[in-house]
Amino acid sequence: MLIRWFCGLLVWLLALGASAQGVLPVPALSSHVIDSTATLTSAQQQALDGKLAAFESSSGTQLVVLMVPTTQPEDIASYAQRIGDAWKIGRKGVGDGLLLVVAKNDRKMRIEVAKSLEGAIPDLAAKQIIDTAITPRFKQDDYAGGVDAGVDRIMGLIMGEALPAPAAQAGMDVSRDDFQWGPMLAFLFFVVMIGGGIARKLLGNKLGSLVTGGLVGLFVNSLTASLLLAILAALAAVVFTLVSSVGRSFRGTGGGGFGGSGSGGGWGSGGGSGGGGFSSGGGGDFGGGGASGDW
Amino acid sequence: MYACVVNLMETVMKTWILALLTATALTGCGYNDFQRLDEETKSAWSEVLNQYQRRADLVPNIVATVKGEANFEQETLTKVVEARAKATAMQVTPETLNNPEALKKFQAAQGELSGALSRLMVVSERYPDLKANKGFSDLRVQLEGTENRITVARNRYIKSVQEYNVLARSFPSNLTAMAFSYQPKPAFAVENGAAISTPPVVDFNKK
Repeated sequence: MLIRWFCGLLVWLLALGASAQGVLPVPALSSHVIDSTATLTSAQQQALDGKLAAFESSSGTQLVVLMVPTTQPEDIASYAQRIGDAWKIGRKGVGDGLLLVVAKNDRKMRIEVAKSLEGAIPDLAAKQIIDTAITPRFKQDDYAGGVDAGVDRIMGLIMGEALPAPAAQAGMDVSRDDFQWGPMLAFLFFVVMIGGGIARKLLGNKLGSLVTGGLVGLFVNSLTASLLLAILAALAAVVFTLVSSVGRSFRGTGGGGFGGSGSGGGWGSGGGSGGGGFSSGGGGDFGGGGASGDW
Repeated sequence: MYACVVNLMETVMKTWILALLTATALTGCGYNDFQRLDEETKSAWSEVLNQYQRRADLVPNIVATVKGEANFEQETLTKVVEARAKATAMQVTPETLNNPEALKKFQAAQGELSGALSRLMVVSERYPDLKANKGFSDLRVQLEGTENRITVARNRYIKSVQEYNVLARSFPSNLTAMAFSYQPKPAFAVENGAAISTPPVVDFNKK
């Protein structure tokens, strides 16, 4: 809980740092086509979105078109890179994502290619698509046509690449909650060792063990919100405290016992992302591949 | 006999406890995190080297193409060749990472090559034949892509070093760092970063 809160604070601070530097915020990934310049008509936007969605369901590759008025003060390459890093479009485990960024008022564009598509679309191919398919149309103010032609060429290249087939019905991965088990176990171990000893002295062997177990159970329950785990931890604590007391009564010196270990690994924390039809696959790793152009 | 068994049990339990204590203490104090982040910085660094190598491999082609252009400014060309030779001659071992001096030298050599290459690209604008040359414009695109990748790789390296250093300096993991003498790693020098983030000054009057 505390860790998550702290992480939240950190993310918030980072976001604050980014805004303090004056760079543009990363727009929300709401669909395959995001146009904040109102250049495309809604019909054009829908047609393009439908095309990209169909391509995603047939080949699995995620293509996203982002149109913004400007990327200032950043240049388009670092802006696109930042967006790619934030969105991570592309399937998990495959990482096949591609981003077409158009900065309309800057008259600049960039095709940002995730690492796993760099074979299908090398920088030269991306540059060629920009120069031959997109730029001529953009020069005549035909933005929808330019983006459409560019997307067609990109799809053609990706089709030629042997990528894994798309999953039948992409069941979104439940985000794993990486709970810090190590520190908590260490902490509990010492608490049980010392607290158990005190409770036993005060309340006697059996009652003391029970109280220790109960407290540990409550603590684990509040921390992990899992009853089963809490019961397990409580039992382990009771046994540990009892055994160490038995060992003590055997010999009178510091006895042994075993710590409440067990229960490894995290589990999914109900990642019911639900809702909207489109979300990032989260696997795209953008390493700076692609090409930029202007018109 | 009975005492002997109890004695044995006690030793076994003691070892058990000791092992468990060590294990929990080590994970609790970030020992595993140190190993993970150390590996991460290493792989991020290999990626940086990888991309620098990619650029160095590109240079001979660029030089060859430019040489085809008659009366190309020789000084610019020799500077690129020299800078490349200097950058590739430098031996970079994993130990370089923990040696701020060596890292600085490496950065300086690569920075020199960056500067020489960008000057070459600016100068090439003055040669219409070269601009129209398909091979040269292809190489240009490739160089641009490589420079981009270098930037990304460098940024990732800086980030992973930062993560490592935060772990090495914050409590309680700094105790682990002290016990195993893990030093904070040097990141790229600041003056270098400043030089890279400021765009190169182009002087068209200089001939």
